[in-house]
Amino acid sequence: MKSNIRSENDFDVLELSGEIDLHYSPELRELILGSLKGGKALLIDMSDVGYIDSSAIASLVEGFQTAKSTNLEYGLLSISHPALQVLTLTRLDQVFSLYDNVEQFQSQF
Amino acid sequence: MDTATTNAIEIRDLVVDFGSRRILENISFDIHQGEIMVIMGGSGAGKSTLLRCLLGLKAPTSGHIHMLGTDICHATKTDLYKMREKMGVAFQGGALFTSMSVAENIQLPLREHTNLDENTIQIMTRIKLDMVNMLPHENLMPSELSGGMTKRAALARAIIMDPKLLFFDEPSAGLDPITSAELDELIIKLKKSMKMTIVVVTHELESVFAIADRIAILGDRELIQIGTPHEIKASCDKRVIDLLNRTPRESIVDSDAHLKRLTRNAQS
Repeated sequence: MKSNIRSENDFDVLELSGEIDLHYSPELRELILGSLKGGKALLIDMSDVGYIDSSAIASLVEGFQTAKSTNLEYGLLSISHPALQVLTLTRLDQVFSLYDNVEQFQSQF
Repeated sequence: MDTATTNAIEIRDLVVDFGSRRILENISFDIHQGEIMVIMGGSGAGKSTLLRCLLGLKAPTSGHIHMLGTDICHATKTDLYKMREKMGVAFQGGALFTSMSVAENIQLPLREHTNLDENTIQIMTRIKLDMVNMLPHENLMPSELSGGMTKRAALARAIIMDPKLLFFDEPSAGLDPITSAELDELIIKLKKSMKMTIVVVTHELESVFAIADRIAILGDRELIQIGTPHEIKASCDKRVIDLLNRTPRESIVDSDAHLKRLTRNAQS
């Protein structure tokens, strides 16, 4: 997994790429929770994610729960097909807010 | 050369003896990455023995099994342990620990093999319980589960680590048709979404043709045939046809020989 986090005015964008499995999900969790601690909304760009396992999904879920409890916007951007398949299998495609572009996310606040 | 297909498992010249009895004779075939391979055969055909060899629970008399590049027949304990982290197994009887709840059973591999945060473990457990429709039953003890629930809990435990290789021993045995069909559907979804290579040992014909990408048929200690469901259905081999048609064993043709077999050690 490779990651990059950049700050926009009102929110952070976490860009992810590569495979995210048991070895990388603790790092993903730290990145997500660390960003949310800063009190800004978070958009996770998953366009270049090749594979995602359930430990990574668990990190995304925990992030979503944390964002909800602190009233912060939280969304997933341009999810790659392999990652979307796993989200669909776990029925979480109906739970997360999914966006096709940054503007859609920005319009939420 | 076909470079599109990668083998997850390569079985070469596998021979297994139990004492003086030969159970498997020169078995060789490949299981491709991302496919569902069903191993079938009549009772005593050697299916369970082959599965035990694939799981590293039984050392073959001779031959090799390469699994994701590791020769598991000659691997060190450490290598075998590492390989098992990539494998999930759903045993026929469930093999759940009776002193633990369903959720605790499912979490066990994560607690043994990873240092994941407690929140991650809890969420992963619930994701897998939801996938097998067992989320409302996470706090039940194994003794409180029906046969179908036990199988679904065993499957949740088998996939908790998102294994590269998933092994099923008779997943549909003893299940009602609806539960069995649900399980078949889930097996196919796991292959597609999680990119798992899945090996199923069964003799439930309906399930076989519902889920298999390819089928390996064992009989008389040997690999009789391997092929797609279409190829297997079109087989001209009498043993395959008999197995698919559920033909009973041949009636007695040599009464003297049969009498001899029955009275071999009896005093006259």
